[in-house]
Amino acid sequence: MDGLMVPMEHVLVIAGLLFICGLFGLMLRRNIIFMLMSLEVMLNSAALAFIAAGAHWGQADGQIIFMLILTVAAAEVAVGLGLVLQIQRRFKTLDMDQAHRLRG
Amino acid sequence: MNTIALIPLFPLLSATLLIMSAGRMPRHIAATIGAGSVGLSAICVALLARDFLADGQVLELTLWTWMSVGDFAPRIAFYIDGLTIVMMSVITGVGFLIHLYSIEFMWEDESICRYFTYMNLFVAAMLLLVMADNLLLLYLGWEGVGVCSYLLVGFWYKDPANGAAARKAFIVTRIGDTAMALGLFLLLTELGTLDIQPMMIAANSQWQTGDALPVLATALLLGGAVGKSAQLPLHTWLPDAMAGPTPVSALIHAATMVTAGVYLIARTYGLFLLAPPTMEAVAWIGLATLLIAGFTALAQNDIKRILAYSTISQIGYMFLALGVGAFASGIFHLMTHAFFKALLFLAAGAVIHCLHHEHNIFRMGGLRTRLPIVFLSFFIGSAALAALPFTSGFYSKDAILLSAWALEDIGPWLWAGGLLGALLTSIYSFRLVFIVFFGEAKTEPDRQPGWKMAGPLLLLCLLSLVGGWFALPLAGVFPAAAEHTVNHAVEWISIGTPLLGLLLAYLMFLGGQLSVDKMVASSGARALRDFWFSGWRIDQLYDVLWVTPYKKISYWMRNEPVDAIYNSIVAANQWAHHRLLVLQNGELRWYATTMVVGLILLLAVMLRNAP
Repeated sequence: MDGLMVPMEHVLVIAGLLFICGLFGLMLRRNIIFMLMSLEVMLNSAALAFIAAGAHWGQADGQIIFMLILTVAAAEVAVGLGLVLQIQRRFKTLDMDQAHRLRG
Repeated sequence: MNTIALIPLFPLLSATLLIMSAGRMPRHIAATIGAGSVGLSAICVALLARDFLADGQVLELTLWTWMSVGDFAPRIAFYIDGLTIVMMSVITGVGFLIHLYSIEFMWEDESICRYFTYMNLFVAAMLLLVMADNLLLLYLGWEGVGVCSYLLVGFWYKDPANGAAARKAFIVTRIGDTAMALGLFLLLTELGTLDIQPMMIAANSQWQTGDALPVLATALLLGGAVGKSAQLPLHTWLPDAMAGPTPVSALIHAATMVTAGVYLIARTYGLFLLAPPTMEAVAWIGLATLLIAGFTALAQNDIKRILAYSTISQIGYMFLALGVGAFASGIFHLMTHAFFKALLFLAAGAVIHCLHHEHNIFRMGGLRTRLPIVFLSFFIGSAALAALPFTSGFYSKDAILLSAWALEDIGPWLWAGGLLGALLTSIYSFRLVFIVFFGEAKTEPDRQPGWKMAGPLLLLCLLSLVGGWFALPLAGVFPAAAEHTVNHAVEWISIGTPLLGLLLAYLMFLGGQLSVDKMVASSGARALRDFWFSGWRIDQLYDVLWVTPYKKISYWMRNEPVDAIYNSIVAANQWAHHRLLVLQNGELRWYATTMVVGLILLLAVMLRNAP
């Protein structure tokens, strides 16, 4: 049944590691571009897990979800980059620790 | 018929005119309007009284329905019978004389316009009170005269003491008025109407003599009467009310307003007859008041305060008369008292006016030759007050004492107390006369009363002398008093008592055979005199019992402790809000991190709960 060349667990571990990389990147990076890239990494790690699961059970669902994630990621990047441009224009910086106006 | 509506309308219109002039009216016009309107009312009353005496027809006039709430539709309606005629005659007649007198007395006051506004408003309200056909309209007039009394006691408002006296008068009477309002509510719910005549008929058919309800209702009405008429225990406002101008004391605090309580009880006598315990209470209150006020008057040295305590004491006689069921005698004494007490106050006002506003009787003296008209007035007024034979006060007081004597059981006690009161009355009235008008002159008068003062004084002298011969048209109003045969010895005693008082006063204050200084030489006697001087320390007692605790409670309550509970909820919310506000700081990475932490926590919880 298993259509995978490598064991399922390995793929899931890779996906998990990728997700954690993205997560830490999101939390630790201050530059908005890198934060967006970390988001992409997280999305892709989730997509990888879907692909692996789809191959494991021989179902097309995993690939369909992958396509969906790809689309969402593309849309997100389009909107995100637009916002990045605006942030750069307004705040003259991409450092998110400085680019806020709330005095909390 | 229309003249009836005109009677209260004249002073009301005049007051409105004077109010609208905002005090800028020239004083001679203000005085003419102010006194003239009451004069016109007096003429109307005289015409009305002439018709009434001719045919004895009870008149009723409904002007309009005041308000209509469900079944309750009180009307603005007047009911004119003999009692009303007597009261209206006193109010407008004596009222007009006092207004005339006021023109001269108040001429140099800058606020004469305001003065006549209040006085006219008072006369209008007082007329409304006595003419009202239902108790609600009566209550309107009742509160109206209360407001005018407040305004006039505090007339010279620039002195804070006068303002305090005005507030005291208002608040103390308000206590009684609250009881009276409760009485009205009770009567309305129980009898379904406040119209006085139908109400008394309904009460007679619904209630038995001595039931709890009539006793309660009349006790509440009595509360109002006690407050307004300055009887124990609510009498403390009247001596302080002397802070107002003297004609005000004459009109409001002697002749008319303070007798409103007597009028109220007489008007609703049908209810009081159903409540013998209340009647007895009325008699005892009257007796206690007349004795306490009589003793207090003996020790005072302010001419107006002596007269004030004497007023309280004389109203005590009226209450005594009402309490023993001699309603007509009570009203008779009300009328004669209005004559001679107005006379005394106006004469005292003339003394004060001519003596640079001197109030202390020990700084007067020898005025007999210097102010002869005033002396004559004061002497006649005092003679009537002391009930010397053949003055008006003699007839009315004698009638009261004889009615008290005729009562079974407690009658002789009431009679003896009243007799002691008569002796006191005689002593303090002639003490006043002897100290003020005889002896050495200590202050020289700087002017003589003019005709506007002397005229009313002389007219009131005449009324005080012959007022006892008036036959009041009260026959149809009250139930006929039972004929009682009176022991002649009793009559002679009540005639002789005032003369004894006169003799004692002569010996003590003029002849010098009985020296007051020697009498108060011992410390006990001096303490007694101080006790009387302070009005039996009743004011101090009320200060300790009510005023001080009230001020203390107000002091504690100044930060609104009840609100503290609600304020603490608000404060807790605000505190939490500030703590949570830290989380919303605009830091994108902080948001992301908190989301992750939250997610991990959620996952942990879910995995822990998973089977």
